[in-house]
Amino acid sequence: MPMSVLVAVLVALSLAGFYMGRSRALDAAGGRMANLHSVPGYYGFYAAIWAGLPALLVIVVWSAFGGAVVNALVWSSLPADAVQGLSPSQQSLLMTNILNVAGGNAGAAETSPVVRAAAEYHQHLRGIGRWALAALAFSLAVGGLWYARSRITPSLRARNQVERVVQALLIMCSLVAILTTVGIVMSLLFEAIRFFGRVSPVEFLFGLHWSPQTAIRADQVGSSGAFGAVPLFAGTILISLIAMLVAVPVGLLAAVYMAEYAPPRVRATVKPVLEILAGIPTVVYGFFAALTMAPLIRDAGQAVGLNVASESALAAGVVMGIMIIPFVSSLSDDVINAVPQSLRDGAYGLGATRSETIKQVVLPAALPGIVGAVLLAVSRAIGETMIVVMAAGLAANLTANPLAAVTTVTVQIATLLVGDQEFDSAKTLSAFGLGLVLFTVTLCLNVIALRVVQKYREKYD
Amino acid sequence: MTDAVVSDRAVPVYQTAEFERRLRRRYAAEKRFRLYGIAAIGLALGMLAVLLGSVVAKGYTAFWQHELRLEVFFDPAEIDPQGTRDPAVLAQANYNTLARNALQSVLTDAGSRDARRAAGDLLSVGAAFELGRMVMDDPSLIGTRRVVSLPVSDEVDQLLKGNVSRALPEADRQITDRQLAWIEQLEAKGDLVSRFNTRLFTNGDSREPELAGLKAGLLGSMLTLFVTLVLAVPVGIAAAVYLEEFAPKNRLTDLIEVNINNLAAVPSIVFGLLGLAVFLNFFGMPRSAPLVGGVVLALLVLPTIIIAGRASLKAVPPSIREAALGIGASRLQVVTHHVLPLAMPGIMTGVIIGMAHALGETAPLLMIGMVAFIVDAPSGFTDAATMLPVQIFMWADSPERAFTERTSAAIMVLLGFLIAMNALAVILRKRFERRW
Repeated sequence: MPMSVLVAVLVALSLAGFYMGRSRALDAAGGRMANLHSVPGYYGFYAAIWAGLPALLVIVVWSAFGGAVVNALVWSSLPADAVQGLSPSQQSLLMTNILNVAGGNAGAAETSPVVRAAAEYHQHLRGIGRWALAALAFSLAVGGLWYARSRITPSLRARNQVERVVQALLIMCSLVAILTTVGIVMSLLFEAIRFFGRVSPVEFLFGLHWSPQTAIRADQVGSSGAFGAVPLFAGTILISLIAMLVAVPVGLLAAVYMAEYAPPRVRATVKPVLEILAGIPTVVYGFFAALTMAPLIRDAGQAVGLNVASESALAAGVVMGIMIIPFVSSLSDDVINAVPQSLRDGAYGLGATRSETIKQVVLPAALPGIVGAVLLAVSRAIGETMIVVMAAGLAANLTANPLAAVTTVTVQIATLLVGDQEFDSAKTLSAFGLGLVLFTVTLCLNVIALRVVQKYREKYD
Repeated sequence: MTDAVVSDRAVPVYQTAEFERRLRRRYAAEKRFRLYGIAAIGLALGMLAVLLGSVVAKGYTAFWQHELRLEVFFDPAEIDPQGTRDPAVLAQANYNTLARNALQSVLTDAGSRDARRAAGDLLSVGAAFELGRMVMDDPSLIGTRRVVSLPVSDEVDQLLKGNVSRALPEADRQITDRQLAWIEQLEAKGDLVSRFNTRLFTNGDSREPELAGLKAGLLGSMLTLFVTLVLAVPVGIAAAVYLEEFAPKNRLTDLIEVNINNLAAVPSIVFGLLGLAVFLNFFGMPRSAPLVGGVVLALLVLPTIIIAGRASLKAVPPSIREAALGIGASRLQVVTHHVLPLAMPGIMTGVIIGMAHALGETAPLLMIGMVAFIVDAPSGFTDAATMLPVQIFMWADSPERAFTERTSAAIMVLLGFLIAMNALAVILRKRFERRW
């Protein structure tokens, strides 16, 4: 039975449960609502939950883990001589073959009898699994319905029970945030540890040479690949630095003007227009950087006799800076507005001009918040992917020259993982090592920045 | 004592020339500082204008495309010599020959084999497919003469649009002098017409710029965003409600809060790594599928939705809650009957902004294999699909000049959707926002 039919049946049963529960409660109350503990609808929900929830849980668990269980069973059914002496990659290849044949994606003719038998066994198990699941879910739903029906009496505290379930659902939804973080950390750590089993962390973090090409044949030149990530870190820092050199002055001055000088009408129009910059997808910035900014900078460089790479760090950095301007400006704007008016009035009272007040009173008072905003912006710049994928280079050059092509951590992650991957090569796994570094660095920046901003807010609240 | 010093002077300090000078300097500094601010804003707005302007300037021409009006003879001898009208035979026929025959009859000096090929290259490779489709849809065309509009090749299109100069020496352009002469001949006859480019919206991806369209990307985006919406909205609202209305102040809720704030700032590519490692490798979900893309984007926008939801729940004044509690509602009833409906416009604004964010996101999708060459629009949640921004990314990588134009046009379509979504959010806020 297909999943959609099963779910439809469950929904129908729950609906039936709702009406059954409600009318049952009304019957039990003898037609007098006042005899009931809860409003009749709650008895309906009570029955509906009993009909739907246990069965739904079973379905969710099976869809998450059923495939793995079936695969493991099929694997253990393979004859010992077919499995013996296979490397992990050959094992996964064999399993993929079996799955393809079972799914009808590969012609059965050219496959070995072992694979064919296993595929048939796989189909057999899946069939059993599907029917067993349907039977189990159905009986759970009917059983739940029957149980709820037997429990419904006027004194049943249906509302409290339903609310407890809803409350639990709400908690589960908020736990998704923690689960996501745990998922990120686990997946990065797990694959990164496998990577560090092949390449030592010291070489990865401090090595100066990056060329992740691993050879197909063992005797090929440069077959080992080099995984020294320092050029990537340097490139990321260079591009982020250029971006911050654009974004911080422009963003900060814009925020100061908007918070201190601009009349309300100007502020009301300019602020949302600036926010548009933050809403433009990064792929658009990447296109702009690669096709407009980079040729512009190259031509300008050639005009003054400089040799500019066509994928210069400068182009990517400047465009990234433009992207981050609204980020810096809106965060600093909030921070500057949070500085109490009494500080300004004090400065004005001493005869300071507006700009003197801003430079000597408001900005120093707002400094922690501004630092927090800049840190958040830096974390944003480090993690930005599309602009650098489209406008920065692929070759890992260790240079501080903004006119040369450099590559970044995110570019490497993206290029290593786009296209076909084998999950046992150091090349693919290195992306997760880089991801771990990226996640750790941005996490630290974010935590520090959020702390600083929060502390600062408390100070003036 | 200062008083003494001041009174010693003939004029008060605020009338000295030095004072004047200092004051002028301070006012000049004030003016300069103000100008810096204006310059910064001007620079940012100027950049925005340049960015949008360059996209529009490069892309608006892609909404029109040149077609060649050609009288084609649907030659029975060429299409279906036996006269079986069998669809298999019709599908096999060489429609290129029909187009070349038609071209030969209108162009001067296009008789030789070599010239026929060169003339045929004026048309898109898709022209033959379109002729084939016409015949298969309506076999009665065979044996008749019809004037049909066929797409020209991207090089011809670019030349006609003026994106490639005709004055270039022959070696520097892809159109030969002979072809150029033909083009001018056809132009003079008025057979080259510029039409609204419907193929941009009705075709899937293609290696030929003149045939490439956004349909697959648009549908893929739609399917993916549907999954995102279905997952992120209920979970996001539920989490916001719990954290704002029910959560006791303890370690766990603190942890959840810190997590949400941090997740909002995690680079999006990391979510792609999560999707790759957990959904594809661990759970074995299909690559390139809108289902996986939707789940990853849902996790990505969840913090946005939760934060916006909490803000608008917080804006509902406590008096509403107290009044409801006072007449005997349970805490859940207070939320579902009163607080949530009142906070809904604000929550929906947050949801729309989150969805706009998801629509423009590219990096995590690269990780889960949504960079695929998709010709046929996906029909289900597990089909291979791509999304609009990824389509833009792939087109931007293509070397043909015509793809630059297409990419810009695709960006305009994407920005159009984003503007529409944000405008909806603004309208919602303006229309339903309540000041308590």
